[in-house]
Amino acid sequence: MKNNFFYIVVGSFFIFCFIIFYKGLNNSNVYVPNIDNKKSIPVFIANDFFSENKISSEKIFNDKSYYILNIWASWCLPCRKEHSILMRLSKNKSIKLVGLNYRDNLDNAKKFIEELGNPYSQILIDKEGTLAVEFGAYGVPETFIIDKDNKIIKKFIGPLDLELLQEIEIYLK
Amino acid sequence: MKIIKLFLIFFMIINFSQLKSDEKSEELRNQILKNIRCLICQGQSVYDSESDFALSIKLIVKEKIDKGLTEEQIYGFLKEKYGDWVLFDPVLSKNTYILWLLPILLFLLGGAIIYKYLIIKKKTKD
Repeated sequence: MKNNFFYIVVGSFFIFCFIIFYKGLNNSNVYVPNIDNKKSIPVFIANDFFSENKISSEKIFNDKSYYILNIWASWCLPCRKEHSILMRLSKNKSIKLVGLNYRDNLDNAKKFIEELGNPYSQILIDKEGTLAVEFGAYGVPETFIIDKDNKIIKKFIGPLDLELLQEIEIYLK
Repeated sequence: MKIIKLFLIFFMIINFSQLKSDEKSEELRNQILKNIRCLICQGQSVYDSESDFALSIKLIVKEKIDKGLTEEQIYGFLKEKYGDWVLFDPVLSKNTYILWLLPILLFLLGGAIIYKYLIIKKKTKD
């Protein structure tokens, strides 16, 4: 009787472990930070892309409107792919698009904007990538929706596409 | 002459303590960077990685140490941005109870089984 109990406990333990590992096989092994927490945007001072003058976050996000912050770089191929979506978004007058140029060569970045168009109302330079870290980003492209209270309400990792564009438009309604 | 000697000794002491403090902050920086996971190449620490993300984190950690932040404060800043997973050494929290306690429970369970089957059996034989 006692022996049976022992085998049942050991057997159940191995079945429990097997189920956990088997379920784990279907999970992605790439960690994505929790992105749905409402967080306030960081307070910072950055250089403007065109004038290279210093500008504070209070001045950039001072309107009581929705903002979309897009982190991009000229060397990033997915950024080129999503640019047409950003151009479409820029036609929406209820939002303001802010670009954050991430660890880029300024001349190349300017050529990128000249070639594909400028969807942003303001572009900031993040030469060292430290500002992107303040926003909780870890690569390019990443896009944040910022509400009227300057809180990040949604974050998209990777390039935007038509499906995500629709999702953004739902958030902005 | 004596004044020059005294000045030189004073100058050397100042320089030596400066070197020591630089060495200490470098050590602390490396210790912190080895405990931060690179989110681009997730098997590597930021210390080992040369990705853009890792380079930015290296700069930020240096900046924060220079500002006088402690190791815990720097970890707190990174956890707020990227969650607990950004650290290789997770702290005890409600999300990590199982992670910390399961090995102890298994150790106790295993110990109890060994005790039961080896020691008690031996006693009964004797």
